[in-house]
Amino acid sequence: MKGLLKYIEKIKPNFEKGGKHEKWGPIFESFETFLFVPGHTAPKKGAHIRDAMDTKRLMSIVVIALIPALLFGMWNVGYQHFMSIGKEMCFIKTFGYGFLKVLPIIIVSYVAGLGTEFIFVHIKQKEIEEGFLVSGMLIPLIIPVDTPLWMVAVATIFAVIIGKEVFGGTGMNIVNPALLARAFLFFAYPSKMSGDKVWIAGLSEGQNVVDGFSGATPLGQAVENGSKIVDGLGHQLSTFDYFMGWIPGSIGETSTLMILLGAILLLYTGVASWKIMLSAFTGGAIMGIILNIFATDTNLAMSIPFYDHLLLGGFAFGMVFMATDPVTAAQTEKGKWIYGFLAGFIAILVRVLNPAYPEGVMMAILLMNVMAPLIDHYVVRGNVKRRLKRIKVANN
Amino acid sequence: MSKVIKIKRGLDIKLVGSAQKELTELPKSKFYAIKPSDFPGVTPKVITKVGEEVKAGTPLFYDKYNPEVMFTSPVSGKLSEIVRGERRRILEFVVETNDKDEYETFKQADPKGLSREEIKENILKSGAWAFIRQRPFAIIAKPSETPRDIFITSFDSAPLAANIDFVVKDDFDAFQTGVDALVKLTDGKVYLGIKAEELTTPFKNTKNVEITEFKGPHPAGNVGIQINKVKPVNKGEVVWTLSAADVIIIGRLFKTGKFDAKRIIALAGSEVKNPQYYQALLGAPIADFVKDNLKTTDGDIRIISGNVLTGEKVSEKDYLGFYENVITVIPEGNKPEFMGWAKLGRDKFSISRTFFSWLNPNKERVIDTKLHGGERAYIVTGEMEKVFPMDIFPMQLLKAIHIKDLDLMEELGIYEIAEEDFALCEVINTSKIEIQKNIREGFEFAIKELG
Repeated sequence: MKGLLKYIEKIKPNFEKGGKHEKWGPIFESFETFLFVPGHTAPKKGAHIRDAMDTKRLMSIVVIALIPALLFGMWNVGYQHFMSIGKEMCFIKTFGYGFLKVLPIIIVSYVAGLGTEFIFVHIKQKEIEEGFLVSGMLIPLIIPVDTPLWMVAVATIFAVIIGKEVFGGTGMNIVNPALLARAFLFFAYPSKMSGDKVWIAGLSEGQNVVDGFSGATPLGQAVENGSKIVDGLGHQLSTFDYFMGWIPGSIGETSTLMILLGAILLLYTGVASWKIMLSAFTGGAIMGIILNIFATDTNLAMSIPFYDHLLLGGFAFGMVFMATDPVTAAQTEKGKWIYGFLAGFIAILVRVLNPAYPEGVMMAILLMNVMAPLIDHYVVRGNVKRRLKRIKVANN
Repeated sequence: MSKVIKIKRGLDIKLVGSAQKELTELPKSKFYAIKPSDFPGVTPKVITKVGEEVKAGTPLFYDKYNPEVMFTSPVSGKLSEIVRGERRRILEFVVETNDKDEYETFKQADPKGLSREEIKENILKSGAWAFIRQRPFAIIAKPSETPRDIFITSFDSAPLAANIDFVVKDDFDAFQTGVDALVKLTDGKVYLGIKAEELTTPFKNTKNVEITEFKGPHPAGNVGIQINKVKPVNKGEVVWTLSAADVIIIGRLFKTGKFDAKRIIALAGSEVKNPQYYQALLGAPIADFVKDNLKTTDGDIRIISGNVLTGEKVSEKDYLGFYENVITVIPEGNKPEFMGWAKLGRDKFSISRTFFSWLNPNKERVIDTKLHGGERAYIVTGEMEKVFPMDIFPMQLLKAIHIKDLDLMEELGIYEIAEEDFALCEVINTSKIEIQKNIREGFEFAIKELG
């Protein structure tokens, strides 16, 4: 490592002010600080000791938390694919198939996103912000496996520019960039993002598919069949299956168990707000119960038991990894309770009562992202009012 | 029984090298200095010319905007130099000592028998007025105003801070006299914050004050936190604040008629050989304290005049800050670290549990000055609230300061805070923002706008 450090020190002057590659300085710095936490020290006056936590650490914890869902997602892609062509494969082959399907999506997401980020590093002449480390991993996990790679690239670039950089970068954005990428795909290319074919690798081409195989997601079926939800071959699925996640769906969202592992890491390290997670699941459950009570024959999806709602679709994934994004969530502690509750509540409401959007989670979180500043505003006004009241008491 | 208030949100950072309760008297040094930069908002106007003889208590300069406030020499000798920096801004008034110990004479009387105006005049002339600061804005109190109340804190809860019980031990009479003088300056009360469950503290016996006990982690000892819990500052109100160690100097003034600026200073930190207390004079050179008592003499240590949360980096050639009662020496963290952000971090200090150091939170650590990352926009929310015990939204207030919205600052509580109250927020901030500096800039903006 000493050699590398020496090399970096050697080429550094070229990138500093007045050096021949001065313009590329921020990009150089981005790589340098990634490799070596620089020997920058606290300023002359103020706090001289600092918490070892920084944004790089923060973002990498989230990426680590996503790994269980990612690995399971890879396996599940293979599992669903081989089920559709009627073959039983060993674990290695199943995982290997999924790995080869998912890896290109991840690479495209990171290359497109980081490429765009570096262009902005160059424009802004500021060191790179780490936010995309997470977004770049989230995007592959929340889209169907058969999404064409060029669409992934277009959506990612759109999300980085319109979702983040136009507002000034990580920390300034209003909606979660990864969700924006998904919303972009959903509205720009609806045929590729919904229906019965896109969730299982190879199904759209339809080669060697078992007769009568259906790739419909549980939520897609729920609209027509209520709680009679089956896998591709027609076997009834249970709550346990939803929890484990061997069902069709977006790459990383199916296994509640794996999401739970990630959630434990996020909550234990304190990276994500437990208030948001808890209130989101409470909100979802309450909406589910309300729908169960008023279930009718005209909308069979209303009869799905509320606990299944929390396991199906992108609910768990969204509430654990996306609703808790500190930048786009409510920023006051009281606001987090309200924000989380409404996100969960609205997600289930949209999902069930508007069959055109079985993925209510995305809509709900995006809506709450936009509403979060409003919630915070009223929480902060409460504090202001308390302060004003104090003056009145003092004057009496 | 006095009221006990429990501070829940805060943080005690445990550092290696707290000062042992041993006291060494430092011999008189050749030079002492008063630094106008210790007094935010003060524009110094020179009174004494370079080369003129001074006694302890002879005014060196006054504040352009509050001409009654004098800043005086801590020793007798002659003004040897006025050190100027960029744009001729005055950095230091350096006094060269002589063999004599001469003092200017001020009124020597029991403050109980003096009027408010007499007390004010005595403190102002002696130079001890600078110890009285005010909220809002944590600046030197304006002599023309009468404060709603006066708040004194009798303990410092910052890491490695001096134990003020030890500092006041032999001077409790002077402390009481100082309190008696302060009582006359307000129509309200003098409040004294003491550490709860500290049975031996001499401050328990203070008379003429309303005592409140504070329990819990830093910043429980910050006077701003104590005001916020006891009787918060509202718009249009002014309260004055002091540290108990400074009240002693005011007390001595009335007892002896002299500006006797002896102070007890702690020398602490992991890079000190024998951390202990020293008796010294205000404005003493740093070298006197650290000479022969540092573990290394190469450049990789940082000497801080003050504590690790709010102090100022100094060199051995500099002088002790006016309000400080501790000098801290810690290692510099100026070595690059390969992929440091990805390490398990058994020994890294963090309030998050993202490093394995949370396994033994009570261990005293050696923490260096490494920033651990570059400055970013605010990203993580809710982290400041964990260490900020006031009923104020810290991040929202900082953002109001950032956008220079005076109405919003006012609504969110800028009159109640000081930089030191946000020191822990700066320590734990993931985005590495210079919060204390921003707050002072916010104060300066507000003072300018409010006229």
